[in-house]
Amino acid sequence: MMRVCSMVIVLAIGFPVWADDVTQFRGALGISKETNLPTKWSAKDGLRWKAELPGRGLSNPVIAGGRVYVTATAAYEQKREVVLCFDVKTGKKLWERQVWSTGTTQCHNKTNMAAPTPMTDGERVYALFATGDLVCYDKDGDLVWYRSLVGDYPTVGNNVGMAASPAIHGETIFICLENAGESFAVGIDKRTGENRWRVVRPRLINWVSPIVVQNQGQAEVLFQGPDGIASHDVNTGKKKWTAPAVVKGSHASLTSGDGVVYANSEKFTALRPGKTDAPEVLWQSAKLRVGYCSPIVHEGRIYVVAGAGVVNCGDAKTGEIVWTLRLDAGGAYTASPLLADGKLYIVNEAGVTTILQVGKEAKVLAKNPIDDVILASPVASDGAIFLRSDGALYCIGSQNPKR
Amino acid sequence: MKNLITRYTLGVLLSGLCASFAAAQDVDSLLARIKAVGKEGVGNVEAAKAWKELVAKGPAVLPDILAGMDDASPVAVNWLRGAVEAVHDKAIQQNQKIPVAKIEAFLNDTQHAGHSRRLAYEMLVKLDPKTPDRLLPKMLDDPSSEIRRDAVAVKLNYGKTAAFEMKTAHKDFYLGLLKHARDRDQVSEIRDVLKKGHAVDIDLTKHFGFVTRWNLIGPFDNVKGVGFNNVYPPEKEIALKAIYPGKGTEQARWREHATDKELGLVDLNEAIGKLKGAVYYAHAVVASESERSIDLRAGSNNAVRIWLNGKEVFFREEYHHGMKMDQHVGKGTLKTGRNEILIKVCQNEQTDSWAQQWSFQLRVCDYLGAAVPVTNVTEKIK
Repeated sequence: MMRVCSMVIVLAIGFPVWADDVTQFRGALGISKETNLPTKWSAKDGLRWKAELPGRGLSNPVIAGGRVYVTATAAYEQKREVVLCFDVKTGKKLWERQVWSTGTTQCHNKTNMAAPTPMTDGERVYALFATGDLVCYDKDGDLVWYRSLVGDYPTVGNNVGMAASPAIHGETIFICLENAGESFAVGIDKRTGENRWRVVRPRLINWVSPIVVQNQGQAEVLFQGPDGIASHDVNTGKKKWTAPAVVKGSHASLTSGDGVVYANSEKFTALRPGKTDAPEVLWQSAKLRVGYCSPIVHEGRIYVVAGAGVVNCGDAKTGEIVWTLRLDAGGAYTASPLLADGKLYIVNEAGVTTILQVGKEAKVLAKNPIDDVILASPVASDGAIFLRSDGALYCIGSQNPKR
Repeated sequence: MKNLITRYTLGVLLSGLCASFAAAQDVDSLLARIKAVGKEGVGNVEAAKAWKELVAKGPAVLPDILAGMDDASPVAVNWLRGAVEAVHDKAIQQNQKIPVAKIEAFLNDTQHAGHSRRLAYEMLVKLDPKTPDRLLPKMLDDPSSEIRRDAVAVKLNYGKTAAFEMKTAHKDFYLGLLKHARDRDQVSEIRDVLKKGHAVDIDLTKHFGFVTRWNLIGPFDNVKGVGFNNVYPPEKEIALKAIYPGKGTEQARWREHATDKELGLVDLNEAIGKLKGAVYYAHAVVASESERSIDLRAGSNNAVRIWLNGKEVFFREEYHHGMKMDQHVGKGTLKTGRNEILIKVCQNEQTDSWAQQWSFQLRVCDYLGAAVPVTNVTEKIK
């Protein structure tokens, strides 16, 4: 039990955040504590508001203190990187800020410069772009600090496009830039933008976002790359343990629950970190196939969505398949799913959200179309679902949600 | 009494002048503290304090901030951009007077940097949405690439909707616009209109200034990627009759190559043969009638190094992640007369079907992307 309790996902980010706040990529590893969320909507019905965005983004919105922050890329050849802030209740744009990109903006057509998700602690928003531009604004849009990571490390970048989202814990932001140039992970002081520590990472392009976990009462940040998973102390960057066999992740993020780390690899792998240098491999499964979408672990089950819309539910203790469901909404799936109130919200690239009642069995509750291109992960806050398309931010829910 | 009044007036004037001099010094000092930001966040704390003080001064200092951006580093430029945005928004919210005339004067002074003038333009647009209609028609030759692009876009839209009395007027309109357009998408759009509507063929290779005649030498070893950093003989001397030990048992010798492929593409697989783990060099000589700053812009799916007159102006060790016109930009200065361009193109050993391209394109242009008038005088190998 102690071991189970010793490792929980940490949302300590320095300022008070509420259960329904979405502070970073996928919020709390894709799980929201929101209830009474909408289950039926369309482009015309069920929207609280819709806000036009100045350009594309794969980043999910982050939400705290009644404000929604979202990033976008704009201008010819994506030379401008944009941070926007909206009122969560009304969708009114409160402010918009831009930086001129300082790194290459070349990328694969599927991605763009606003691929990494920003972070917020309620007081500030921290936005990394695939150009290596990293900027912090306060909640009112005043610049707190700015850095060009390409200016600092000039060979950083790749022509496919960087996309790993940073993570935030306490006073530190964690960024992993595994790319065609100088590759590293860095812990940055969120107050000043200065490096707290920096470690070398493999020089290969990789898009896996880091996560922060607790192990033996200590916070650790996990990076997954071509040489496996590496765990580092959040304060010093000192390497704690490695799992060199868990190598093949390149898109989907790690997840964690009940003291176990789950990672996409040649086989989907469950690991239990402990006191030793090498974590215990609990099980591996070739049937839990993951594409771009990051997995979710919840109440003893693991949910994975493959690129063609095949949803697999596995037993988190054994990896055995509990059920498999092929979604009939068609299209490709890039956005990571959201789990809230016992339901999975799974969005395809054509903007159709399939809602599944999940547990021992799966039941399709609804298919909600919005005719728009959506590759960003859905999030929930303030009684609403937030969907970010290539050109708009949709807030789906009533004006006065039941809480 | 008269003397007293005169002295008093002079005193007031002097103290006013001193105050404004001190205020100007204060703004300069704040700008200097922000512009001192260094690498890895060094100087951020001091810059953040100065940033707050600067923003607190309100909209009167907007022209000073814009001017401060002129010689700032790219990092400091974005710090100052944030200051301009914040001052502007606060001024609107608090109904403060924005010095519109000074900002427009700043925009009109093309000695200022393109990015700061563009920011001035955007402020004016926010204050008056009719600004583009008023200003852009006069800005087709603007030295700011973003402003020029918008000016060309206005004309392109006009061309789609306007009724031209004579077909020749329509053709002349687009031929004229071609002289102003710099971005590839706009140039391509104009080219397409001229081709479809008037059977006028625009040679984009020539229009963009691609180098089409080269001397090539190789292969040198790039097994396990060693060739990117190895210094092979062409990096030390250009001797067109020389023969060097190449990769394995191969001998490396110069050969002529001219391309007629679109946008000056040199396909080494076609010209040399499909080699893996190999390096080839391409050398060209261009003659310029004057000394001038230029861009050497290249595209390649392979790792490349580029030199101008023996000085390396660009390097990128990346393989098979996509090729795009102008993806690599090296900056240098052409001398009057003969100028040597050398590009090293490295092929790795990947076997994937999508990792077989071995090619490059390179052009000589100004910072906006317009072809620079040079003559290709690459020597013949006798």
